[in-house]
Amino acid sequence: MKIDVNGAPREIDAANLAAALEQLGWGEARVATALNGRFVPVSARPETALSAGDRLEVLAAMQGG
Amino acid sequence: MRDFYGVTLDNPLMLGTARYPSPAVLEAAFRDSGAAIATVSLRRERGEGQAFWDMVRGLGVHILPNTAGCHSAREAITTARMAREYFQTDWIKLEVIGHDDTLQPDPFELVAAAEALCAEGFKVFPYMTEDQVIATRLVEAGCRVLMPWGAPIGSGLGLANPFALRSLRAAFPDIPLVVDAGLGLPSHAAQAMEMGYDAVLLNTAVAQADDPAAMARAFALAAQAGQIAARSGPMPARDMAAPSTPLIGKAFL
Repeated sequence: MKIDVNGAPREIDAANLAAALEQLGWGEARVATALNGRFVPVSARPETALSAGDRLEVLAAMQGG
Repeated sequence: MRDFYGVTLDNPLMLGTARYPSPAVLEAAFRDSGAAIATVSLRRERGEGQAFWDMVRGLGVHILPNTAGCHSAREAITTARMAREYFQTDWIKLEVIGHDDTLQPDPFELVAAAEALCAEGFKVFPYMTEDQVIATRLVEAGCRVLMPWGAPIGSGLGLANPFALRSLRAAFPDIPLVVDAGLGLPSHAAQAMEMGYDAVLLNTAVAQADDPAAMARAFALAAQAGQIAARSGPMPARDMAAPSTPLIGKAFL
């Protein structure tokens, strides 16, 4: 199914957020996630189901003022 | 001494981590200034997050994640929750922008976000205008630090409204106050600290200087000088001259 990852369309084949991150190459990465504008903690990723058209944000540390 | 949610700072300088020419220069700026707090942000992962996070952790300072770029309470609350998990801290510099030209905080969204985040146990550092009523609302929401702007972010104008900043200091004697944003010169930092502020937070004035590490040190020295002055009881200003050398015993020539 097609979902939006950090603003770009991606084709994924994963039932939940944890599996999707694995597929996208962020399996081991330290990242914070939000699905459709809502924060999803690490502990909730395995039971967070994905649907076509979802908007996933995958964030990490960056310079800031 | 006023503390920041239980943390006492031995250096009143808080530094941003953006816009430095290189990571090495950023590290030098923190090392040479002894800044006690580093602000950081969360952005879309492009493969550089881990290295940056490792470098910032290596600075050995307190980490203050921000919600920079958020324009609504909803966005800021989500960002804060993500930052708490990522950076493993409940400190959050709450920034909710209301105007794109001035980057002025949106006071209504700011207060709404502060109420929600304080209720969730966050230790909120709100970036605010110097308005005393907004300050009261933020304290009522549970904020135990206030961070009024000196001038618009990145402008380098210094303290645009010293009268209001002085009023805030007088109105909230028990709340740690930080001038955040708009400082361009070390003298601006000294001025804020002389008013009795507890810290200054800046980024561009250091990061964009020709020699950021030296400028960071200049800001730290100025902030410390201002802090010592504030604790030393500055003399009141007066309109008329008052001779400092005794008149008594002056020769009749």
